[in-house]
Amino acid sequence: MTPAPTSESVLFGKLSLAALPLHEPILVATFAVVALGGVAILGALTYYRVWGYLWREWITSIDHKKIGIMYIILALVMLLRGFSDAIMMRLQQAIAFAGAEGYLPPHHYDQIFTAHGVIMIFFVAMPFITGFMNYLVPLQIGARDVAFPFLNNFSFWMTVGGAVLTMISLFVGEYAATGWLAYPPLSGLASSPGVGVDYYIWSLQVAGVGTLLSGVNLIATIVKMRAPGMTMMRLPVFTWTALCSNILIVASFPVLTAALALLSLDRYLGTAFFTNDFGGSAMMYVNLIWIWGHPEVYILVLPAFGIFSEVVATYCGKRLFGYASMVYATVVITILSYLVWLHHFFTMGSGASVNSFFGITTMIISIPTGAKIFNWLFTMYRGRIRFELPMMWTVAFMLTFVIGGMTGVLLAVPPADFVLHNSLFLVAHFHNVIIGGVLFGLFAGIAYWFPKVTGFKLDVFWGKVSFWCWVVGFYFAFMPLYVLGLMGVTRRMNRFEDPSLQIWFVIAAFGAVLIAFGIGAFLLQLFVSFRKREQLKDLTGDPWNGRTLEWSTSSPPPAYNFAFTPVVHDLDPWWDMKRRGYVRPTEGFIPIHMPKNTGAGVVLAGLSVVCGFGLIWHIWWLAGAAFVTIVVSAIVHTFNYARDFHIPASEVTETENGRTRMLAAGV
Amino acid sequence: MRAIKRLALLPLLLALAGCNWVVMNPSGDIANQQRDLILISTALMLLIIIPVMALTVLFAWRYRQSNKDAVYDAEWHHSTRLEVVIWAAPLVIIIALGAITWISTHLLDPYRPLSRIDAARPMPKDAKPLNVEVVALDWKWLFFYPDYGVATVNELAAPVDAPIHFKITSSTVMNSLFIPALAGQIYAMPGMETKLHAVINKPGDYEGFSANYSGAGFSDMRFKFRGLDAAGFEAWIKQARDAGGMLDRAVYTELERPSVAEPVKRWSSVEGGLYDAILNRCVDRAKMCAKDMMRVDAQGGGGKEGTGAVLAFEKPDASGAATPKRFVSAVACTTAAPRDGETAETPIPAPIGRRAEASTMTSIFALARGDDLPARPAAGGRPE
Repeated sequence: MTPAPTSESVLFGKLSLAALPLHEPILVATFAVVALGGVAILGALTYYRVWGYLWREWITSIDHKKIGIMYIILALVMLLRGFSDAIMMRLQQAIAFAGAEGYLPPHHYDQIFTAHGVIMIFFVAMPFITGFMNYLVPLQIGARDVAFPFLNNFSFWMTVGGAVLTMISLFVGEYAATGWLAYPPLSGLASSPGVGVDYYIWSLQVAGVGTLLSGVNLIATIVKMRAPGMTMMRLPVFTWTALCSNILIVASFPVLTAALALLSLDRYLGTAFFTNDFGGSAMMYVNLIWIWGHPEVYILVLPAFGIFSEVVATYCGKRLFGYASMVYATVVITILSYLVWLHHFFTMGSGASVNSFFGITTMIISIPTGAKIFNWLFTMYRGRIRFELPMMWTVAFMLTFVIGGMTGVLLAVPPADFVLHNSLFLVAHFHNVIIGGVLFGLFAGIAYWFPKVTGFKLDVFWGKVSFWCWVVGFYFAFMPLYVLGLMGVTRRMNRFEDPSLQIWFVIAAFGAVLIAFGIGAFLLQLFVSFRKREQLKDLTGDPWNGRTLEWSTSSPPPAYNFAFTPVVHDLDPWWDMKRRGYVRPTEGFIPIHMPKNTGAGVVLAGLSVVCGFGLIWHIWWLAGAAFVTIVVSAIVHTFNYARDFHIPASEVTETENGRTRMLAAGV
Repeated sequence: MRAIKRLALLPLLLALAGCNWVVMNPSGDIANQQRDLILISTALMLLIIIPVMALTVLFAWRYRQSNKDAVYDAEWHHSTRLEVVIWAAPLVIIIALGAITWISTHLLDPYRPLSRIDAARPMPKDAKPLNVEVVALDWKWLFFYPDYGVATVNELAAPVDAPIHFKITSSTVMNSLFIPALAGQIYAMPGMETKLHAVINKPGDYEGFSANYSGAGFSDMRFKFRGLDAAGFEAWIKQARDAGGMLDRAVYTELERPSVAEPVKRWSSVEGGLYDAILNRCVDRAKMCAKDMMRVDAQGGGGKEGTGAVLAFEKPDASGAATPKRFVSAVACTTAAPRDGETAETPIPAPIGRRAEASTMTSIFALARGDDLPARPAAGGRPE
C-alpha cells in the first residue's frame, strides 16, 4: 500500500513522477515492450497510410458487423494481458515455497490477481460475448442493423475506454490490490489510500455505460426488428440467449454502477456507506456487488449456451432437440439467477434458513441447465455428426462443463461451502465453468462463424493444435487446484510453507504453459488461415450447411446484410428455405436506407477516459473540463441531422451480381 | 476424449479413496460431518453426471459422420416422454440434495451449540464450553480466553472433546477464520460479531489461517491450533499465565498496527471489556461505542444538532502528522447514558433524542464543540 500523498497540486492532483513504477523491473520491461510494439504498429499504420481508412471504415463505423469484429479484437488483445497476469501468478505460486519469496512481492502480486479477474471478466469475456451478439443477432433475425446504430458505436468505444484506463494503471500509478470485487473496508480509503481502487472504479464505470447501452440496444433490436414471420418461438436459440443475457445486463448493471458510485462517494466525499465507523455497512456492498455479480455469470454463459445450440444442430445435421424446452430453460435460468446471490457469502454469518434458501435456489438452477445438456445430447442422437472444430469444442465443453456444474452444486450446499469457500477448489470451479463453458463456447463460435465474417474458413490443423493444448492444458491447470482446495489451501496466497503442496502448483503451472501454447496456436491459426485465404475461401456463404438466416447471405455479408428482408415460415428458416427450393432474387433491387458513420462515439469515449483519469488522480480541473466537454459534445451531436443515406439500387445490384458470380464459381 | 474424462475424474476418485487431505480427513466432528456431506452430495450428483458423460462419448462416437450404420433422422427433434425424463431426473436428484441441504445447514449451523462430541458420543448436559474471543488484526490473530483471563497472538489451543465457542470480529478489514481440521470457516468482520461452535477430537497441532484476502500481509496470517488433552491444556494456560503482562487498551493499540508474521505472544491478564470495546470500535475512549450510538439512534437519534456537533469532531492521529480522522465523540454520552454500554440493559430516559428540549441538547453538545473537553485519558488510566 502506497501511503497517501499529503499534498496535491492544483495542476496535477496526486500525479507526480513518483507514480511511474520505475523501481519495478518487470513493469519497466513490460512498458518497454508495449511501447516498442505500439510505436511499431503506429509507424506501420502511418507508413501504409491506413489512418484514413481506419477512421472511415472502422473507428466511426456504425455497422453492427464491424463493431462486432472490433469488440472481438478488443477481447483478444485483453486476453493476452489477462493471460500474462495468469501465468505470472502460476509461476509465483509454483516457486514461492518454504521460505522462498518468489519474484513477486505482495504489493505487485495482489494487483496482478485483481487485474486478472477484472480484465478477464470485464474486458475479455464481456466484449467477446457482446461482439458475438452484435455481429450475429441482426443477421439471425433478418435485420439490416441494430435498433440504435450510433449507440452501438458509442457503447463499443466506452468499453474500450474502460480497458484503456485499466491499461494505463499498469504504467501510471498502480491498480487495486483488493481482489476483483473490491470488497470494502479493504477498498475503502483507510485501507487503500492509493489510486488503485480509483482506477478500478472509473474503468468499470466508463465500461459499464457501454455495456448497459449495448444491452438496451440489443433488446430493442430483438424485440422490434425481427423479419416478418419470425415469431418469438422461431427465434434462433443464440438470439434467445442473447435476449435473456441483455435483459440480465439491463437489470443488473445499474446495481453495479450504484454500488461503485456509493464506494466512490465514500472515497471522494467522505460519506459512510461502507465504512467501519459512522454506521457504514460493508456487507451492504457485498450484497449489492453480488446482486450484480451472480447474474453476470449468466450474462456470460447464456450466449455461450446459445452458440453450442447452433453448433450442435448444424454439425449433427439435425434440428435442435427440444427447442421449446431449451427456450424455457433459458428463461428460467434468467429469472433464477436473481435469487441466488447470497451463495457467494454463506460464510458471513447468515442464519441457517437464509443459507438453505439460497443454497436450494442455486441447486434448482442446475435443473434447467441439466435439461440443456440433455437437449444437446439428444440432438446428437440419430444425427450425422461432422467433427469440425466447433463440434470438437462442443463435445469438450459437454464433458468439462458437467464437472464444473457438479462442483458448483457442491459449493451450493452451505456446510460444504464452509470448508471449500475461498479455497483453490472454488477457483478451480469457476474457471471450470468459465473456461469450460464460456471460453470453449467462444472458440466454437469463432471457428463456426469465422467464414461468415471473413469469407474464408479457419485452418483446421492449427485449430486442432490449439484445441488440444487448451483442453489438455485446462485439465492440467485446474484439476490440481481442486485437489489443493481439498487440502485446505486458500486462494490469493503469495507464498506457501508446506513443501508437499509444491508439486500440485508445478502441475498447474505446466497446464498454464500448455494453455499459452493453445493461445499461440490460435494466433498462428489466424495468421496461417489469412495466408491460405484463397484456398480456404467460402464462395457459397453457407460452408457448413447451416440452418439460420446468417447463412443465407454472402460471406462476408454486404453492408446491408440482406438485399430483401427475408420472410420466415419455420424455425431454422434458412434450412426451411433450402428445403423448399428457395431461389435467390437477382433483380428488382431497390435503394436501401442505411445509417451514416459518425465520430461522436469515439470522441465521447475519449473524453470519458480523460474525465476518469482526472478523477482518479484528483486533477479536478481536468475532470471538470472533460465532463463539460462531454455534455457539450453530446448536445452538439444531437444537432447532427445528416444521419442516414440510401445505398443506390445500382450499387445493390452490382453487389448482388458479384454474389451471383461467386455462387456460380462455387458450384 | 476418454483420456480427458479419466483425467477429469481422477481427483474425485482420489478424494473418495480418502487421502491425507485435511478437508477430506479432518480431526474435529463438525469438519467430519462437512466432509461426509461433500462425499454424499458428490455421490448423489455422480448418479446423473456419469451417465451424461458416458452418453456424450457414446453418442459422439456412434453418430459420427463416417459411421454409415447409425440411424440418421434429421427430423427427430421432439419426444414428450424424453422431455419429461430430462427435466425429472435432475429434479429428483435436486429434491434429495435440497432435503439434505436444509437439514445439514441447520444441524451444522455455526451458531448452533453442539449436540454431540462425535458420532458416537452425545454432548453431556453439563459440558462446560471453552469460550474464545477472536480478533483478526492486520495481519495476525488475537485470541482472548475470558474463562481464564489470558490472551495470545497467533496461537490457539483447546482441550480435546470439549465444545469450543468462538466469538469472532475484526479490527479493520474482512478476514475469515479457518481451521480446516476443526470446522468450516466463518468471516471476521469489523464492527460485527460472528460465532462458531466446534470441537476437536484428536490431539495434535493443526493449521489455522485467514481464508479471505485482507491485504499485503495476508499470506502470513497463519496460526497454530493446538488440540491438547486436559493436562496439556492446563499447562498451556499456565504458560500464558506465567508470561505476565497485561493486555490493556494501550498495548492493544500498539498491537493493532499493521505487522507481518508476528511471533506467538502471550498475556497473563486482559483489561476488562477489551474485546467488547474492539467489537464496538471504541478502544480509544474518546470515541463513542457503536452500541451506544445504535441505542441513541434507536431512541430517535441526536437530531440535527447531534449531527452537527458530534460528527464534525476531528482529532489528529497519535503521531500528529497524518490526516485528521473524523469520529463520533464519546462526549455525547451523559451520566444518564454512559459510554461503553455500562447500562445497556437499563432503558435510557430523556434527554437524548429528538424529543429532548433544545436547551438540554445544546448543553450536551456544547461540550463536544467547546474547549472544555475532558482530557484524553492516559493509556488505560481512565477509571471505569
